[in-house]
Amino acid sequence: MSASAPVVTGLGIAAPTGLGVEEHWQATLAGRPAIGQLTRFDASKYPSRLAGEVTGFDAEARIPSRLLPQTDRSTQFALVAAEEALGDAAVNPQELPEYGMGVITSASGGGVEFGQRELGLLWSKGKEYVSAYQSFAWFYAANTGQISIRHGLRGPSGVVVTDQAGGLDAIGHARRQIRKGTELVVSGGVDGALCPWGWMGQLATGLLSRSEDPAQGFLPFSAAANGYVPGEGGAIIVVEDADAARARGVEREYGRILGYAATFDPRPSSQDAENDPLAGGGGLLRAARQAIADAGLAPADIGVVFADAAGTPRLDRAEALAISALFGPNGVPVTAPKTMTGRLIGGGASLDVATALLSLRDHVIPPTINVPEPAPGLAIDLVTEARETDARTALVLARGYSGFNAALVVGA
Amino acid sequence: MAQTIDREVLTRLLRESAGVEEGVDLDGEEVLDTPFVEIGYDSLALLQVTGRIRREYGIDLPDDAVSDAETFRSLLEMIQSAPVVAS
Repeated sequence: MSASAPVVTGLGIAAPTGLGVEEHWQATLAGRPAIGQLTRFDASKYPSRLAGEVTGFDAEARIPSRLLPQTDRSTQFALVAAEEALGDAAVNPQELPEYGMGVITSASGGGVEFGQRELGLLWSKGKEYVSAYQSFAWFYAANTGQISIRHGLRGPSGVVVTDQAGGLDAIGHARRQIRKGTELVVSGGVDGALCPWGWMGQLATGLLSRSEDPAQGFLPFSAAANGYVPGEGGAIIVVEDADAARARGVEREYGRILGYAATFDPRPSSQDAENDPLAGGGGLLRAARQAIADAGLAPADIGVVFADAAGTPRLDRAEALAISALFGPNGVPVTAPKTMTGRLIGGGASLDVATALLSLRDHVIPPTINVPEPAPGLAIDLVTEARETDARTALVLARGYSGFNAALVVGA
Repeated sequence: MAQTIDREVLTRLLRESAGVEEGVDLDGEEVLDTPFVEIGYDSLALLQVTGRIRREYGIDLPDDAVSDAETFRSLLEMIQSAPVVAS
């Protein structure tokens, strides 16, 4: 077992920006927007109607027919991303210790679209019409379970449900299992809730944009920030013990998981919430500080920050304050490529991690789109056009609704 | 008048309800007596198809059918001897 940081050996992506790592990365570098009008269901009666949808997905071609009736769309995306990641990592599960490979992914609502359909059948037609697969297809752990079963990965596994912070927390848990002796963990997260039931959950937070213009719906750090746009998709990330990866012949690593921390905001009294510029007592700042310390680094060692980018002014301000408190005003390049995809709930932060690793690999920071400059008073160096970099480490930040904060440091 | 379920119909219902495992030819002869679990159908797959049979054909299978019917042939025989529920 290695005492050094675990390595990332494979990536798989299913996102509005592309199906597949390189498709997503090329679109991201080009600043190609993938947010548009919701087409997945009739959202005409809702105040928010924009989304980042995965397009061009042929389920019948990509998913074994046995799995089609028992998987939500987001689980199908997860399976495709996991297949890509395991192939990318050149993992042949038959050749590795059966209980030495685990699966730990992030989720939020589970198979929401599947579950809504079955609930609809229950109430409109009766219980005889509910699919037997509803027993697990809706469940948060469905992605973990299906990946585990399909690829025979029988080691310690689990699911982390921390809203948009989960995409980092799952990787943090993967690292914990690797330290405890599991040599390989398939991690990350792929999510989606583009159905009325999922939509209502997000609408209820009051944080969704009501913009009708896809180019105006998700403007984090902008003076015109007016909420966020939901999206679907994410990234599956293969994390391995460094020595074990070397022993099985891995030659190409994307990078290493250097540091991780998670904090939780205290319940705000209404007065605190109004007056707290850090919107949560500095939980995100603490998570970032602790993750960097966990990596044995100082803020000056971080070359780029992939922001949580909430898109709500109060939360944007809090994040900008946290970043400038840690790095100094305009002290580090900050980017939010999720402006192209929307916020992907359990998949978003994992996609950020994958994008960060690609950024370090290719020495270029992808842009934040639709935001020409940060709002006055937000002292962050926002990357608005693809920018060359010699950064060797990246800090990824993520916040989940109702107080989750997470931070991850990756290095290449 | 109850519709009957023959081998062809059951094959189609299985395929539609639960898909087909890669490499399995549901129309092949050996499928008839191969245990379901070996051709990729678990208890949920059988629940799925027997639920559909109940809904569309009014054929009521005993609850044990799912665990007792280990092969295609035995499920087919069970279906063909089961009572029809009044709709």
